[in-house]
Amino acid sequence: MDVILFFVFAIIAVVCAINVVVQTHPISSAISLVGVMGSLAVLYLLLGAEFLAAAQVIVYAGAVMVLFVFVIMLLNAGTEKKEGKSFAVQLLGVPLLVALLGIVAFFVQRLFPTTTVHFGGFTGGGVHEIGMALFGPYLLPFEVTSILILIAIVGAVVLARKEMD
Amino acid sequence: MALWLIPILPFAGFVINGLFGRRFSKAVVNIVAIGSVVLAFAWVLKTLLGLGSLETAATEHYFTWIQSGNLNIGCDFAVDRLTAIMLLIVTGIGSLIHIYAMGYMAHEGGYYRFFAYMNLFMFFMLVLVLAANYLLLFVGWEGVGLCSYLLIGFYFDKQFATNAGNKAFIVNRIGDFGFSLAMFLIFVNFGSLDFGKVFHQAPAADTGLLTTIGFLLLVGACGKSAQLPLYVWLPDAMAGPTPVSALIHAATMVTAGVYMTARSWPIYIHAPTAMEAIAIMGVVTAFFSASIGLVQNDIKKVFAYSTVSQLGYMFLGVGCGAFSAGIWHVMTHAFFKALLFLGSGSVIHALSGEQDLRNMGGLRTKIPITFWTMMCASVAIAGVPPFSGFFSKDAILLAAYNHAPWMYWLGVLTAGMTAFYVFRAIFLAFFGEYRGHAHPHESPPVMWIPLAILGALSLGGGFINIPKFLEGFFQGVPEVPENSSLMFVSIAAGLIGISIAAWFYLLKPAMADSLASSLKLIYTTLYNKYFVDEIYDATVVKPIVGGSRWVLWKGADAGLIDGSVNGLGAASQGAGGILRKLQSGNIRSYATWVLLGSVLAIVVLFIASTNYWGGLQ
Amino acid sequence: MLAEVPISWFLTLSAILFALGVAGFLFRRSIITVFMSIELMLNAVNLSFVTFSYHHGGATHQGIEGHLFAFFVMVVAAAEAAVGLAIILTIFKNRQTLNIDDIESMKN
Repeated sequence: MDVILFFVFAIIAVVCAINVVVQTHPISSAISLVGVMGSLAVLYLLLGAEFLAAAQVIVYAGAVMVLFVFVIMLLNAGTEKKEGKSFAVQLLGVPLLVALLGIVAFFVQRLFPTTTVHFGGFTGGGVHEIGMALFGPYLLPFEVTSILILIAIVGAVVLARKEMD
Repeated sequence: MALWLIPILPFAGFVINGLFGRRFSKAVVNIVAIGSVVLAFAWVLKTLLGLGSLETAATEHYFTWIQSGNLNIGCDFAVDRLTAIMLLIVTGIGSLIHIYAMGYMAHEGGYYRFFAYMNLFMFFMLVLVLAANYLLLFVGWEGVGLCSYLLIGFYFDKQFATNAGNKAFIVNRIGDFGFSLAMFLIFVNFGSLDFGKVFHQAPAADTGLLTTIGFLLLVGACGKSAQLPLYVWLPDAMAGPTPVSALIHAATMVTAGVYMTARSWPIYIHAPTAMEAIAIMGVVTAFFSASIGLVQNDIKKVFAYSTVSQLGYMFLGVGCGAFSAGIWHVMTHAFFKALLFLGSGSVIHALSGEQDLRNMGGLRTKIPITFWTMMCASVAIAGVPPFSGFFSKDAILLAAYNHAPWMYWLGVLTAGMTAFYVFRAIFLAFFGEYRGHAHPHESPPVMWIPLAILGALSLGGGFINIPKFLEGFFQGVPEVPENSSLMFVSIAAGLIGISIAAWFYLLKPAMADSLASSLKLIYTTLYNKYFVDEIYDATVVKPIVGGSRWVLWKGADAGLIDGSVNGLGAASQGAGGILRKLQSGNIRSYATWVLLGSVLAIVVLFIASTNYWGGLQ
Repeated sequence: MLAEVPISWFLTLSAILFALGVAGFLFRRSIITVFMSIELMLNAVNLSFVTFSYHHGGATHQGIEGHLFAFFVMVVAAAEAAVGLAIILTIFKNRQTLNIDDIESMKN
């Protein structure tokens, strides 16, 4: 059962990711990205990360991607035009990618040969445990992120406002 | 005793005139400069009278100059009989020439500078004479060379004067190189440069070593005293003012070589080969330069070659073992050669700068005092008895005959030539019709009083019996038996020379020119000084200058050193130019470089995390 | 068929998603698409963190660190998305182009 779930949602994720990269219109890429995030949420559930799965759907797919869609609408971005080229990318892009994927995949295969994942194998990912950790030993990073978000809000407002004439 | 006062008085004159002379009036400059030298002379007299018989040297030690390992050089002055003679000559003749220069340089620019340099010269010369070790003597040696350069190039806006100054200094340097090598050898073998210590150990030392030291010291003397082959600077040095020629290049500096050789007599006594070399060099130089002086037309050049020739006589005397005869000739030569130069300065002054003998004539009635004083000097140098030159020259020739007769005959021939060319100059300048265009006038008293004093000394100076004074000072010299027939031969040679000069230039004036054109080859060679300067220029000067310019400057310095330094800069510029292309402004290419770096980092990390290549944990 | 999924498959999936994100970053010319590729990369990394957290396992805090890291990554990604999109808006206002190759004023 777990294997089937994994395969289904892994393939959905990969296909949507390929779609993100391949589609010419940004809105199509955005929708595909939502699909990636959704399937990743299911995979998190498989790994026992209940809180993270929920957060993924609420924050990432529900807020960040909506923001993306709004900006695409605002900019009236059309299909991408094929202008401009880069020598380095043409020469090195594909080989490096293949190298990256190949090396990481190769070495990853050798790691943890015996560990397997099954639904329910990790029990510490609930809201209670996350909350205890966030407000316990990891309180400082948590508070710092609140400042970070404040900075981001102020920055975004300043950058995007209209000029006063 | 305060021997230090003797050189310090002129040095004080140099400092005062050098620093403040520009603002002084002429009178103050005179008082400072001449006063310091005259005071030094007075102090010399007082010191010598107070020291008594000077059987042994009287030394004074002032401070230790160098103390380094085994090398211990003190600032020591010493006075013995040899020093006493030199001190009297330097300060006495120096004072007379300084007084003369007051009048001669009265209309020249740079008045205070001239006297400052002259005083500096007196300081160094006195240090040279008073020194009690080789290094201090060398200080004086180098210092007089420096002052010679400064004074020869006194008219520094004239190219030929500055060239002559350079030539003098550089040729001197070659001699100094030999002197330095001799000092190194002396120090290494005797452990000290002190005269006393060195001469004490000299008799026991190896003859080969002493000969080498003697030869090297000879090289130094050769440069300073203008002997073959390093004499070429002296005729050119006539570019300086005439008092300079008289003081430095006649009476004092050029005799420093003779003094140093005489001072080193314990070394030379035990190195017969070196002494032989000195004698040969002396007599050949004497003959060689006398032959050049026969045909020169510039009055100062005649006397310059005469100086080289007479210095050759002095070295002949020293080389044959007659050290005291050589020193005697130093003294008499100082009298009559200084007088000849000062007299020619008086003639030049009278004719407002004319120096060519062919444009003079008949001056005997117009400038009589100069004429009579120069006659005194001429008969002295020609060796006519009982004047000063006869005694000293005769003593040298006697020693030469005793040593090697061929040197005697060559010396006699040179004596004849000496008489000839000196009287040729006298006859051309003072007799006959005046051939020039100036208005000759007699010199002021400040100039002819020193001439008169020197004239008296030239006539009567022979009666100052130097060999008797220096008896017992030089030990181990061969005994010279009296031989009156030799004396008559040398007197005859002098008189014959005078008569030939009279015949050529008084009785039959056209004979000289016709003889010159018939013996054209010989005349041209002699007139052009045997082309020695041209030979030196082609063989030594041009290769060195060319080598320096092309190999060392353009090749090594500009090419190699500058090239590598600039090349480094150009290389980094080139590398920078290539690396600059990475900054293309294109974000995607930047991302590619980041990806490249991260892939490399991943590879390295994964390799490092395995224990061996290909295996994993 | 296997009863359970080996953990390396999760990691491989994460690597594939990351590589796709890099490909999108390198080969696409629209700024918005590039930004979305960055979000894709961040998601791949989150998956990787959670996977490792599962591996360390247990109710102790050791296991939960991976989740917390992923949580913070999400927070930062959100903030970054906000600011980044604001920057894109500004660029569009100034240069009227969404082509990433046209923004090369930092050229040498």
